Amino acid sequence: MQNFEPVIVAFCCHYCAYTAADMAGSKRLGYPPNVKIIRVPCSGKVDAIHMMKALEKGADGVYVAGCLDGDCHFKTGNIRAARHVEAVKKLLDEIGIEKERVEMFSMSAGMGEKFAEVASEFTERIRKLGPNPVKTSAFAQVRQAVG
Amino acid sequence: MITAERKPMEELTECMKPFGRILLVGCNECVTVCAAGGRKEVGLLSSALQMHFMKENKPFEVKELTLERQCDPEYVEELAPHINQVDAVLSMACGCGVQEIARRYKEKPVFPAVNTKFMGASESQGVWAERCAGCGDCVLGITGGVCPIARCSKQLFNGPCGGSTNGKCEIDSSVDCAWQLIWDRLKALGKVDLYEENIAAKDWRTGRGGGPRKIIREDLAS
Amino acid sequence: MKTDSILEKILAAGHLAVTSECGPPRGALPNKVKEKAELLRGCVDAVNVTDNQTAMVRMSSLAACILLRQMGLNPILQMVTRDRNRLSMQSDILGAYSHNIDNMLCLSGDHPRFGDHPMAANVHDIDSVQFIEMVKTMRDEGKFQGGESIDGPPKMFIGAAANPFADPFELRVARLAKKAKAGVDFIQTQCIYNVDKFAKWMEGVRDRGLDRQVYILAGITPMKSAGMARYMKNKVPGMDVPDELVKRIAGVPKEKQAEEGIKICVETIEQCKEIKGVHGFHIMAIEWEQKVPEIVEKAGLLPRPSVN
Repeated sequence: MQNFEPVIVAFCCHYCAYTAADMAGSKRLGYPPNVKIIRVPCSGKVDAIHMMKALEKGADGVYVAGCLDGDCHFKTGNIRAARHVEAVKKLLDEIGIEKERVEMFSMSAGMGEKFAEVASEFTERIRKLGPNPVKTSAFAQVRQAVG
Repeated sequence: MITAERKPMEELTECMKPFGRILLVGCNECVTVCAAGGRKEVGLLSSALQMHFMKENKPFEVKELTLERQCDPEYVEELAPHINQVDAVLSMACGCGVQEIARRYKEKPVFPAVNTKFMGASESQGVWAERCAGCGDCVLGITGGVCPIARCSKQLFNGPCGGSTNGKCEIDSSVDCAWQLIWDRLKALGKVDLYEENIAAKDWRTGRGGGPRKIIREDLAS
Repeated sequence: MKTDSILEKILAAGHLAVTSECGPPRGALPNKVKEKAELLRGCVDAVNVTDNQTAMVRMSSLAACILLRQMGLNPILQMVTRDRNRLSMQSDILGAYSHNIDNMLCLSGDHPRFGDHPMAANVHDIDSVQFIEMVKTMRDEGKFQGGESIDGPPKMFIGAAANPFADPFELRVARLAKKAKAGVDFIQTQCIYNVDKFAKWMEGVRDRGLDRQVYILAGITPMKSAGMARYMKNKVPGMDVPDELVKRIAGVPKEKQAEEGIKICVETIEQCKEIKGVHGFHIMAIEWEQKVPEIVEKAGLLPRPSVN
């Protein structure tokens, strides 16, 4: 467990967080390599099913990064995204998986530091939580080996 | 449409416990519209169930399928090639769909994944409210297009009762008083004299009072 | 006369009638009914016996009415549409009349949500207006609601409730007119604290001539304390308690509040006597029945008339 390196999936909005990640890169701000970024046209496009599938397939943590309040390129996509995240948290809670494994963050395109900070903090959070219980079960390991 | 809500996960995981392979069947009609049991919800529930049982170290496989309509035998037939590969069916359709599967596949256990709620309309995104009680003898023509059976807590045909306050029902201030709505609408239509007519006691035979109901259209029935 | 009811005779003779109420106990002890009812002897003309009031299970209204009848009192059988379908209602009406109970009050009843069985199914086969019509048809045409003849029809003096204070106010007279049209004989109103609003409603009632079709008994409930006044104001749906009244009762020391409540209640009766079309009073002293004689006396409504 000491060697546990969490797999984090970050759904990043093209108009803010994804650009912020770029910014972090060009400013040479380090952030953990654990974070796998998936660019989406709007955080509102990230549905519960995407987060659930990521977790089911072995991600240890998932977050959605969208625009700051009032700055969504599509008006309310970020608000919808936050609601989707809440719904997944509730569902995880119902099936006995830590709801802290999913989160919603907001930032603007210029916030390279914030992007790096969020990535590091979230990775730390998941490192503390330990591996996703779904992938540690013997059955899941067989399943993954076969699949 | 017929509205429904997913059952609590605890109840679902409990009733799926004895099985290792299931068919999770959605429906493309009402439950898709009310976001309870369409393709999307099938995917989500499938994921949640598999994650739950993986965590419990229990082999559990889900085959996902969403039918055009679960209340029609033609579409339910589409489950035939899959039915023998699973131990049980979990249906995300309304009660009609669940029963249709039970009728067609007599030896396969089928469970409801949703609680069927009511016939309603969408008030706004994500909000559905009861509108029709299916009484079999519609009175909307004389009640200003607002149903006193489905929408008055006391089912009054000659309301409002003494608990109507500021347009809201006494049972809950988030519920509109149906008779306030009826009155407002009759006024808007210039039909307030309709209110003066007493509506006679209902013949419930057209509703559930007459036992399970059936419609037979001679021109269509084979 | 439509019935042999003493209440009808008193009203028909032009006297101001006085009724009160007796809530049956939450148990099977007949003495609880008798003790309460005994407090009302001689000071009222008839006694309402409530039917699972506030949707809490109590001894049946019919059984308690029979106990009152055996005591020589004159009960008014309250019946709500919430708990029974029309078969059950009609059979209870026949049963009541067989015990010489000849007054009844047709109500829809409080919603189960408010009671101790919120999980119960509510029946509401018919509503209060249809209920009135059913009892009238049983009496005047000797027919059941289903159309068959009754062998020995029950001759009930038919009452109903009216709430002048609920919304929409403009419908409140029209709703009474519906009950009058259905054939109601007398009305007991919701508790009156806002006399001005009540007077305004009565004006509408007179404008439509309804005061000549039905006897209207003004509903009166004495308040025991400022706490009760606030509760009635804020928590009871369809209740109109003006701020001045709450202030008035809260303005006297706690030990004097009950006395002040009785005073207000007597004043309200005096004011309502002046309103044309008021035919009597329905005094609902909830769990405070011992105060009814005092109120009736102070309001100058004693002795009760004898009409036999």
